Amino acid sequence: MSETAEATAVAKEPKEPLFSAKNRRLLSDPLNDDNPITIQVLGICSALAITVQVKQAVVMSLSVLVVMIGANLIVSALRNLIPSRVRIIVQLVIVAALVILVDQVLKAYVYDVSKQLSVFVGLIITNCIIMGRLEAFALGNKLWPSFLDAIGNAAGYGWILIAVAFVRELFGSGKVWGFQVIPDSFYDFGYYNNGLMILPPMALITVGIIIWIQRSRNTKLIEEN
Amino acid sequence: MDYVNIFIKSIFIDNMVFAYFLGMCSYLAVSKTVKTGVGLGAAVIFVLGITVPINYLLENYVLKEGALAWLDPEFAEVDLSFLSFIMFIAVIASMVQLVEMAVEKYAPALYGALGIFLPLIAVNCAILGGSLFMQERQYANIAEATVFGLGSGVGWFLAIVAIAAIREKIRYSRVPAPLRGLGITFIITGLMGMAFMSFMGIEL
Repeated sequence: MSETAEATAVAKEPKEPLFSAKNRRLLSDPLNDDNPITIQVLGICSALAITVQVKQAVVMSLSVLVVMIGANLIVSALRNLIPSRVRIIVQLVIVAALVILVDQVLKAYVYDVSKQLSVFVGLIITNCIIMGRLEAFALGNKLWPSFLDAIGNAAGYGWILIAVAFVRELFGSGKVWGFQVIPDSFYDFGYYNNGLMILPPMALITVGIIIWIQRSRNTKLIEEN
Repeated sequence: MDYVNIFIKSIFIDNMVFAYFLGMCSYLAVSKTVKTGVGLGAAVIFVLGITVPINYLLENYVLKEGALAWLDPEFAEVDLSFLSFIMFIAVIASMVQLVEMAVEKYAPALYGALGIFLPLIAVNCAILGGSLFMQERQYANIAEATVFGLGSGVGWFLAIVAIAAIREKIRYSRVPAPLRGLGITFIITGLMGMAFMSFMGIEL
């Protein structure tokens, strides 16, 4: 009786609950304090180029989410088999294969968005956010934490992307998700869309302002110079 | 004249950093001093100048629809373009490895200067982006593709050296504390992008 209780206790001991505090932090940290874009400086390249419309940003975030979960799981499962000297090439091949899948799915179901995203779907391969998380996390952790880490970071990436796209689409063309939001009466009073918002430089400045807001709320994140 | 046009266009008008945000990650991470900026910039020019023409050959003689016809007329309908991502990235990763070994053997001084930056380049989006834009724009021959690759590299070089110089200077200014470091770099890059937009529409 006591023996079996002990045995189960021993068996249970190394296993932590699926949503322990540590695992929850894996999900929540990337959303704010350890955001991949504003703090870790990963995945900027694609984050800026495709934030003209909310729809593109959502499709892009979902693609990154899928690729990231897949890549983190595969690399984490293979982490003891990959020789460390060739790990970069192995990771690139795994990610590239997943990106090809995503690209073909996008071409099949949302062709117009896939045309607008042009080369940026392919560039998910070299999106540093994926390589960075593979190197920093999946190579040294078990499947479940890697899975959570992928979701957390992809969500952190996605919300910045969608926030920037929302601001740019709202002020740049008066729309959200392609629907007119600013009423016509505003235009009659002499309101104009800010054409600059659609152009590339404003994406950088919008992200700069998000960083500014975030760091003035959380002074721990301020850099030394 | 066409070559000059492509060259100038890829440096200024279609600048990798300011018009397409490619290679942003290393652009932000390695631009703290001008010296490292020059090193990484030179490595990017070098690798883009090599990988774009190789991928051009690959695209036109292996991957494109009907590209395999030179092997056998039967293959005229084979379309392997869905494989292009994996082929391009494989070429880039292996070329970077080869270039690294060659430079280490024959030009140790250059290796000392570029050394740590070369492996970083395999995952620089500007390199893969160069090949993907080459594929999308359908250049007429390999010379045009090479010129495009070199021009994009030079444009990236200019951008990183410029931002590194500005960041060295801005250390002496009073930037609002929450903007220090990353935030101000983003905003400066945005302003530089606006300046580069004035090149838009120039034809040579």
